[in-house]
Amino acid sequence: MYLTQFLLLAAFLFCTGVYGVIARKNAVLVLMSIELILNAVNINLVAFGAFQGFETSIVGQVFSLFVVAVAAAEVGVGLAIVLLIFRNRASIDLTEVDLMKG
Amino acid sequence: MLEYAWAIPAITVASFVVILLFGRRLPRKGAEVGVLALAVCFLLSCVMVGEWISRPADLEVEPAEEHAALVGGGFLGGSLYASAAQVAAAVPEGGEGGGAEEHHVEPIRKPVVKEVTWFENGQIAIKAGIHIDGLAIALLFVVSLISLLVHVFSLSYMAEDIRETHYFASLSLFTSGMFVLVTASNTLQALFGWELMGLCSFMLIGHWWDRDGNKNYNAAMKAFFTTRTGDIGLLVGISILFFAAGETFNIQAINDAALNGEISHTVLLVAASALLVAAIGKSAQFPLHTWLPDAMAGPTPVSALIHAATMVVAGVYLVARLYGVFWEAFDIAGGGWNPIALVGGITILIAAAMAFVQSDIKKVLAYSTVSQLGYMVMALGVGAWTAAIFHLFTHAFFKACLFLGAGSISHSGSHHSFEFSDMGGLRKKMPWTFATFLVATLALAGVPPLAGFWSKDEILLGAGENGYQAFLIVGLVGAFMTAAYMTRCVYLAFFGEPRGNAAHHHPHESPPLIVVPLIVLAVLSAVAGLLNTPLALLFGEWTENQTVLTAGQEHHEFALVTAALSVAVAAGGILTAYLYYWRGVRTGIKADGAGKPIYKLLQNKYYLDALYENVIVRGIREPIARAAYWFNQNVLDGVVNGVATLARALARFTYNVIDQRGIDGAVNGAGAASGASGGLLRTIQTGRVQQYAAFLFGAVGVFAVVLVLTAS
Repeated sequence: MYLTQFLLLAAFLFCTGVYGVIARKNAVLVLMSIELILNAVNINLVAFGAFQGFETSIVGQVFSLFVVAVAAAEVGVGLAIVLLIFRNRASIDLTEVDLMKG
Repeated sequence: MLEYAWAIPAITVASFVVILLFGRRLPRKGAEVGVLALAVCFLLSCVMVGEWISRPADLEVEPAEEHAALVGGGFLGGSLYASAAQVAAAVPEGGEGGGAEEHHVEPIRKPVVKEVTWFENGQIAIKAGIHIDGLAIALLFVVSLISLLVHVFSLSYMAEDIRETHYFASLSLFTSGMFVLVTASNTLQALFGWELMGLCSFMLIGHWWDRDGNKNYNAAMKAFFTTRTGDIGLLVGISILFFAAGETFNIQAINDAALNGEISHTVLLVAASALLVAAIGKSAQFPLHTWLPDAMAGPTPVSALIHAATMVVAGVYLVARLYGVFWEAFDIAGGGWNPIALVGGITILIAAAMAFVQSDIKKVLAYSTVSQLGYMVMALGVGAWTAAIFHLFTHAFFKACLFLGAGSISHSGSHHSFEFSDMGGLRKKMPWTFATFLVATLALAGVPPLAGFWSKDEILLGAGENGYQAFLIVGLVGAFMTAAYMTRCVYLAFFGEPRGNAAHHHPHESPPLIVVPLIVLAVLSAVAGLLNTPLALLFGEWTENQTVLTAGQEHHEFALVTAALSVAVAAGGILTAYLYYWRGVRTGIKADGAGKPIYKLLQNKYYLDALYENVIVRGIREPIARAAYWFNQNVLDGVVNGVATLARALARFTYNVIDQRGIDGAVNGAGAASGASGGLLRTIQTGRVQQYAAFLFGAVGVFAVVLVLTAS
């Protein structure tokens, strides 16, 4: 097992997530893509933790758990916003939500 | 005490300042300060009179040699330092000159001179100081006495006046002006006093400037401008004499230089003519006499002080003071005629004639004053110096008495009117005023032994004996007229039936503060003449100074013929007027029939006022006004417009270049720059979340590359 394989997996997931965030119009899919990015980071953390050299270290895994917890909260808030947008405009197309246009 | 004579003007100036600053807070509005100051001045001058009389006569003055030669019949132009031998030779030649042989050297009192350096200009130190001789003492005494009595009179007369404080302040300042003039040791200082009086007379004549329309205001202006016309003469005369007498203003030095012949006759003639113009203006002589009757618009005590006893005699005093100059310039010893005597003579007659037609008691007295001043000037002109000063002295008393009497009548008898139509029959209602007025009238008319008789007689005597016979006749005619118009005045005021206000307003005697000055003046009018009678020529002995004696004024024995003549004409005048008014020939004030054209001429003051106002004033004023208008339109407006145009061009430049481009440019530029940058930045503010995310990741990518590059 090599660290590089984990990092490549994480990089693939990260790129998929970035593509989803930028390219998808559906707000729910964008949120899901954000999860992909976070999980790519988690994989990196766990992998770096595992291959650090200290056999018994769980620092990476603890870090990942925190990220998962924060991500759960973030998705909760995000989904609530998406829900309210849908109620107001009967659409969750992100290209239409541009009230902040300068 | 004589060395401290400067204290007298100083006291009155101090009184002026005190009244002006604190007068309003005092119970009598400052009047008490004025009365007190004048009382002190009067006491001082009394002490000085005593000292002067007891001063030893130790200065011996010899009549100038030239004079003897003159009497001898020839004017020896240049040889002024003739030796005694020449004089001895000249005198017997002039056999007819009665007094010439008996020139005896007369000792006189030495004048008290005290001077300090006023200022220095180059090498010339201009001195200021006092020159106290008999003439100055006599004037100090008269002025302080009359001024004191006028102040006392005013206490009652001017009570409750709205400008009482200013009135008394001006009165004090006026009196100091006269004091400065009479004590001055140099002509420059005299000029100060002279101008001070001009100013104060302006203020006092116009004291009631807000009453009666423009009348009082115009009278004040007229007095000021007319006397100023003469003042130019004074300035010119003083300047000429300053240079002619070796750059000195000292009066004694000027007189000495003139009498010693150090000044050429032409220069003296010009200077004396200029000074004569000044005297004509100030002493209200023909043809500048017109201001004095108008000046009666002022309060009556002012008329008594200024226009009877003090200010108008300033001109006479000036001539008397600089007598050496006039003596030489007009050849007074020569006889015949000269400008001074001529002016005086004309004034006597024209003023006396006008006094007949006045319907206002103060105007009668004003013309009478003009006429009497004519006597003084004529006396100086005919070489009767002592007589002129003596007449000045006595005239001050009876004329002040008459004026204050007129004031008393208006105060209590005719309800503030000076018109004869508001008087009549007052002799029983106002016995004291009547008695004092009568004494003063008789003194003025020249009834012996009252004061006017002695002084007028001396003038007539001088005119007759010094070779001025024509002026003797003028004097006699004047005496006749004086007696007649004063009798008319007394008749219209005190006799006959009460008219106008006198009939309706219950006339009564005036309060003591008014009557007491009248009595004092009446007593003085009666006895002042006794100072210079044939029995005791005290006045002459006391007043004659070095100048007069050097000039060689003649003294004449009392001549019974002249005295009898003058008494006869006075009596004739009184009798004529008596017949005319009492015996029912006429009772009215106006004339008709044959007298009408003359009456009209006199009523219109010989059309002199019309001449001055319509011809001279307008003639001068209109071209000047036109020239001034042209100058205003073309030059002044041109300058103003030019400046305005320049200012506008400058303003436009400032507006366009500095303000609009510079300042506004900076402000607008800052705005435009932020607007433009905002517009630029605005394009990336799309509101689309995904675009922001793209930027975010793009930036992260860029930073990652940078990090990698820099780390390796």
